[in-house]
Amino acid sequence: MPDRSDFGGPTAGTPETDSAITPSLSRRTALKSVAGLGAVAAIGSTSLLAACSSDKSSNSGNAGSATGPITFGSNYSDAATKDAFAALTQAATASTKVQITVNTTDHNTFQNNISNYLQGTPDSLATWFAGYRLQFFAAQGLLAPIDDVWDKIGANFNDAAKNLSKGLDGHYYLVPIYNYPWVVFYNKSVFQAKGYQIPATWDDFVALCKKMKSDGLIPLAFAEKDGWPALGTFDILNLRLNGYDYHIKLMKHEVPWTDPGVTAVFNQWRELLQYCQNGANGRLWQDAAKTLENKQAGMMFQGSNQVAANYDPKNLADLDFFPFPAINPAYGTDYMDAPADGFMLPKKGKNQDAAKKVLEYIGTKDAETDFLKTDHWDVGLASGLIAPTYNDIQKKSAAEIAKCKNVSQFMDRDTHPDMANAMIKAIQSFIDSPTAATIASIQKSAEDQAKPIFTS
Amino acid sequence: MLTRRDKLTVAAMIGVPLLLDAAFVWIPALASVFLSFTKWTGVGSLHIKPCSEFPSAPGIPQPGCLYGVQNYKQAVTIYPDFWPAVQHNAIWLLVFILIATPLGMLFAVIIDRGIKGSRIYQSVLYLPVMLSLALIGIIWELIYANNYGLINTVIGRNGNDNLIDWLGNPHLNLWALLVEASWRQAGYVMVLYLAGLKAVDPSLREASLVDGANPWQTFWRVVFPAMRPINIVVLVVTVIESLRAFDLVYITSKGNPLRGLELLSVAVTQNIVGETQRIGFGSALGVILLVISLVPISVFLYQTFRREER
Repeated sequence: MPDRSDFGGPTAGTPETDSAITPSLSRRTALKSVAGLGAVAAIGSTSLLAACSSDKSSNSGNAGSATGPITFGSNYSDAATKDAFAALTQAATASTKVQITVNTTDHNTFQNNISNYLQGTPDSLATWFAGYRLQFFAAQGLLAPIDDVWDKIGANFNDAAKNLSKGLDGHYYLVPIYNYPWVVFYNKSVFQAKGYQIPATWDDFVALCKKMKSDGLIPLAFAEKDGWPALGTFDILNLRLNGYDYHIKLMKHEVPWTDPGVTAVFNQWRELLQYCQNGANGRLWQDAAKTLENKQAGMMFQGSNQVAANYDPKNLADLDFFPFPAINPAYGTDYMDAPADGFMLPKKGKNQDAAKKVLEYIGTKDAETDFLKTDHWDVGLASGLIAPTYNDIQKKSAAEIAKCKNVSQFMDRDTHPDMANAMIKAIQSFIDSPTAATIASIQKSAEDQAKPIFTS
Repeated sequence: MLTRRDKLTVAAMIGVPLLLDAAFVWIPALASVFLSFTKWTGVGSLHIKPCSEFPSAPGIPQPGCLYGVQNYKQAVTIYPDFWPAVQHNAIWLLVFILIATPLGMLFAVIIDRGIKGSRIYQSVLYLPVMLSLALIGIIWELIYANNYGLINTVIGRNGNDNLIDWLGNPHLNLWALLVEASWRQAGYVMVLYLAGLKAVDPSLREASLVDGANPWQTFWRVVFPAMRPINIVVLVVTVIESLRAFDLVYITSKGNPLRGLELLSVAVTQNIVGETQRIGFGSALGVILLVISLVPISVFLYQTFRREER
């Protein structure tokens, strides 16, 4: 579910520019080349099957016809999102006259194959995520810039949405469709019955947790077997304590993981962990969400795309949320994780002109409204959009996201995926034994792993 | 003297298997060894130049390049999964050899004695081998889950304060998974062994009975040595199954191995398959696993060929 460069042009060449001067072999032909492994020594630094670089594609060759049929690679494999996506593509065909064939792949399979997919024969358009996860592939020359699309749709989005659609080179690579907030969920009926108040500060929050515990509730439903959910807790504590700029610097390894700011995050978390559901490392988030829905737990910090989507529709009216309470008055509740999903244009896709027309349509309020007809947990990104089908959760989500000075994506979307994996392990160790010694050792291990990931 | 035709036949009979062997075994293996000395995200071309000759920018992957022994160095020094993975593979092997395989042999011997309902026992014990892994994952999730799981519910440890986190606790989860793995392995070994027992000449047993041996002596002194070929097959299967242990951990952890469940095969997959790939690093781990696997395989081949020479 969650998820996971510029090479700044001149710093590192794309394969296209390099292969002309450097002996090289493409992935597909690697096996063939290694057959000549013995030859490597003999040939030395001269061309090792130099003719193998077949993955060059001309940029102009796949423009295609402006109305030609296109294919759309989708990872919206759950029934509900699949329906929403079908509604969107039908509306896009009606508006642009471009025939769209949707190729749906299972969510995880799609993500795991993305490198091969983009280098092979990708669809004309594909679903993807904003943030570093977009920039990583854009910087490796696998995506086509869509600045001309943004010339037309730019007015529909605010600056935050624009920034997260850009690669590190400043060009646009994504048209976003929706995002969703990471907030603290609770059941209105439970708060009413017990007379709980929405906590505004950390002290109120801890006091509320204590009260819930004495009332026999699990204060915070919590699960981490999937690996990623607890990254959200790290993110929000970091954003509340150290602010957005620090968070982004940490994600880009401009601040070391051994920094005292990170220690502070874990120490804050230790205070909260005693109120979190035990055995999180062995629990799936769906089961934690069920504890909240069954009113055994008082609150749960997770994305609305998960908690609200997992709620039985008849209980949804009882569900409400509040932004994670303020900790450091300097930052208040200015930031949150609100991961955005959208669509990208693979460089090797066919009929790019038609695909761009579809993207121009998708980047409108009308298109987002179509998509959100059957989606009751995400919110559209077009500025000021309040779709007629929004429920209370969605209306509040849109309002809370709009209040933020900045939104981050999510650790596994904002940092290098290998770093996110390393942090998953680290956080699982922390949950297992939340001691000062563990914190010191995982900070050191994270920094040791970050160095080869980021500096080479 | 070989005729031209004979020579062609011999060449084809040797050449075709040799080609297949090379294509499916040797070239991929050598390719992995080669890739383990590179750094590559799998995007774009692989350059036969040291990484130091490419400019590097923070957080941005370099194009594929030669990386020396850095992958191996990083694996044994800073990769936190490596040493736990080696240790867990060793534990897995020991449990299979000391518990799962003997258990399967015991089942086979008991069933072979023709106890009542032996067919039913046979089917029940073999069933785990036939179930799909996805199903096995769900079955054991229902047994081990910490709030609604069978074990915690039966022993009353499913509250928030007293629950036992079978799959999440790094001190417990490997053992919980070894129960699952043994559950399958015992059935597998049982079937192999049953086939072996059926093939033992009944007159051997009759002879030992006449000589006054008790059942224990009959099995260990007569039947077991007579089953030497099947014993070797079972031993090899056990070693291979424990070195390639992967599926149950993968199903249980949903890709990202939980702490306490690190295995070399899982580490290889985690680095090579995925949204971003560390092909060089994953290959280095694969080569290490290959070297470890070569030890028992070499011993086995050495033993076999030495016997044939005699």
